Amino acid sequence: MQQLIYFIRKYRYFLFFLFLQFIALFLTINNNAFHKSKFVNSANDVTGGFYNKVTSISDYFNLTRENNELINENVLLKNRIEKLNALLDSSKSISVIDTVYNHQYSYISGKIRKNHYANKNNFLLINLGLSDSVKTEMAVVNSLGIIGITEKASQNYTRVQSILNQQSKINAKLKKSDYFGTLTWDGKDYNIVQLLDIPRQAIVNKGDTIVTGGRSAIFPEGVLIGKVASVEQENTSVTRVINIELFNDMSNIKNIYVIQNFHKKEIENLEKDDE
Amino acid sequence: MSSVRIYLWLILILFLQIFVLNNINFNGYINPYLYLAFVFLFPLKKNRFLFLSLTFLYGLALDFFSDTGGIHAFSLLFVGYIRLFFIRIYFKKSEIDYLLFSLQKEPFGQVFNYTVTLTVIHHFILMSLANFSFQNLGSVILNTLYSSVFTLILYFLGSFIFRKKQTS
Repeated sequence: MQQLIYFIRKYRYFLFFLFLQFIALFLTINNNAFHKSKFVNSANDVTGGFYNKVTSISDYFNLTRENNELINENVLLKNRIEKLNALLDSSKSISVIDTVYNHQYSYISGKIRKNHYANKNNFLLINLGLSDSVKTEMAVVNSLGIIGITEKASQNYTRVQSILNQQSKINAKLKKSDYFGTLTWDGKDYNIVQLLDIPRQAIVNKGDTIVTGGRSAIFPEGVLIGKVASVEQENTSVTRVINIELFNDMSNIKNIYVIQNFHKKEIENLEKDDE
Repeated sequence: MSSVRIYLWLILILFLQIFVLNNINFNGYINPYLYLAFVFLFPLKKNRFLFLSLTFLYGLALDFFSDTGGIHAFSLLFVGYIRLFFIRIYFKKSEIDYLLFSLQKEPFGQVFNYTVTLTVIHHFILMSLANFSFQNLGSVILNTLYSSVFTLILYFLGSFIFRKKQTS
């Protein structure tokens, strides 16, 4: 007995140490066992209260980021509302007053009913027609870029000449430098369209963004088209062909907007006077 | 250092660890564990029950905040227990010197050895327990090394900046 007491006295720190270590080890194992810690976790009043306080302070540092996220989410939700409207098959007009170019455009949302992209001359069919005030020669776009031009409208449907059509000729320009050319398609790859007639002095680099030029009365200026994939220059010819990779995946599009230009007639009348 | 000052420092370091250092995640996973300074700062005493209990509670407080079971308590307590052994080895001190012992008065080389040893031991135990398996031993060792360097830099910087001026 005396020896036991002597032993305990001699090794009291070590025994105490072992005792505490066992508690700690037990807590650790318990924490790892079923991922549910009964004793040690931060979900109690004290630690939770501290974390609450600190988060309420650190939240201030993230306000800018949070705001940006909220703005992005707002945009997303607005777009989703637009898509839902399209799903309801009831077309709805949104008026956009373009103060920079002083055109007034009206966006009409619709859905693609039929989409061809493998032919040489491709056409789309959309669920908007004369009853939705969609007429011939109006721009068809979606959020990623241009899709085509309305060609023939019936009461409830409209045929759209896709940009993947060898007849299609759309005024386009370099986003950075305002040099403009004509957008055509050679009928080979549905992801690649061609930009012709860009002046020789224009510097074109791979990856440059191409947007619509706004010289026609159909497309507003600055609608996205694609980015430069490669530049083909034949030594003998003066012209060069710029291959453009479309932002849109033309094989996978559903919701579109038809853009109505209220000043179109006015512009065309003026241009007629010139001739 | 008076004991009140030390307790204030320790509480400050605890909160610094919980709310700042635990969230550094340098390179994705490397954090300094400056709360180990508890073991370096706490004065030596003949009766070790208080010190051992406090290391345990200090580590446990950290565990509560970081949801880690008992790994901080375990590793800090371990280092707290073996502290005397290394003090005897590196500084050649016996029980009589405990009262006047202070790391600030010792030559830097020995202090460096002492802190590095304890830090690496502590971090290795901590990382092993956090890993909680015998796999990924390489990442445990790597993590130990990186975090140790991080902790030591912070500790030496802190102890240099807040060094009490020697009264000559």
